[in-house]
Amino acid sequence: MKSAVIVFPGSNCDRDMAVALEKITGQKPLMVWHQDYDFDKVDFIALPGGFSYGDYLRCGAMSARSHIMKEVIKRAEDGVPTFGVCNGFQILTETGLLPGALMRNANLHFVCKDVKLKVENTDSLFTNGYDEGAEITIPVAHHDGNYFADADTLDRLEGEGQVAFRYADDINGAQRRIAGVMNAKGNVLGMMPHPERMIEPALGGSDGRVMFESVMNRLG
Amino acid sequence: MKARIFVTLKNGVLDPQGKAIEHALGNMGFGGVDAARQGKYIELDLQATDRAKAQEEVDAMCRKLLANTVIENYSIELE
Repeated sequence: MKSAVIVFPGSNCDRDMAVALEKITGQKPLMVWHQDYDFDKVDFIALPGGFSYGDYLRCGAMSARSHIMKEVIKRAEDGVPTFGVCNGFQILTETGLLPGALMRNANLHFVCKDVKLKVENTDSLFTNGYDEGAEITIPVAHHDGNYFADADTLDRLEGEGQVAFRYADDINGAQRRIAGVMNAKGNVLGMMPHPERMIEPALGGSDGRVMFESVMNRLG
Repeated sequence: MKARIFVTLKNGVLDPQGKAIEHALGNMGFGGVDAARQGKYIELDLQATDRAKAQEEVDAMCRKLLANTVIENYSIELE
C-alpha cells in the first residue's frame, strides 16, 4: 500500500504516522508539504496530529485552506482512503469532507491518556479487522476534541453506520461520546485518538495497528 | 473601508470558555451576570469603496474562512 503523510507547519505527529505506516505497509510513505500542489498517486492519505498553524482562528481552519488540501479534497472525493487523526480530524471537518466540528473540551482540560473505545462499525474500510463489539485502547492527546454536530446530523451518522469509534467514558464532552466518524461513502475517517501510537506491544499495545491493516485488507 | 466582524457561537452550542468566565466573574464578587458567551472580533481594512460589493465580499470571507457555520454565527459592520 502506497501512502502519503501531509505535513503542515506545526504538525507534530507526522513522523509517528510515517513510522507506523512504514512498519505496517513495508513502504516509506511520501511526506508531502502543505505548500505543494500535487503528489504521486497513493492508496492512502494521512493527515497527522499536531497544532498546524498554531491552531490560529480555529483548529485546522488554516490547513483546510492550504494549497495541498485542494488536491487532497479532490482525491478524497474520488474515493482515495483518507484518514485524519486529531488535528487531521479537525482539518477534515473544516474542509467539509466530514460533518460536524471539534470544539474546546467541555471541561477545558487538555486530555492526554489512554482511553477505551468501542468500535461501532466493524464492516467499514477502516475497521473491518476489529471483532464486532470490540473495545480497544488508544491514546488521546487533545484540547479540542469535543465533537459537535446538530441532532439531525448525529441521527444520520448513527443510522448510516458512520460513527466508527465511541469513547467508553465521556472524556471531552463530545456529543454521544463520538470519537471518530466517516463520510457517507466510507472512504474518509477522522478520529481524535491516535492509532499510530498503538501499533506494537513496545508502545503499550497493538489495537491501533488493526485500523491500518483493515485498509490494507480491503485494498488487497 | 473598515469591516468589523463578530463571530459568536450559535445558540444551543455549549461554550465552556464562556461558562468559565461566568464562574470567574461570580467568584470575583461580580453579581448579576446570568450568562457569558465568548466570541471573536476580527477587523479588516478593505480597499473596496463600493459598500454593497464590500458587504458581499466580506460575507463570502465569513462563510469560507472566518466563521465555521456548523457552530458559529457572524455579523458584519462596515464603516
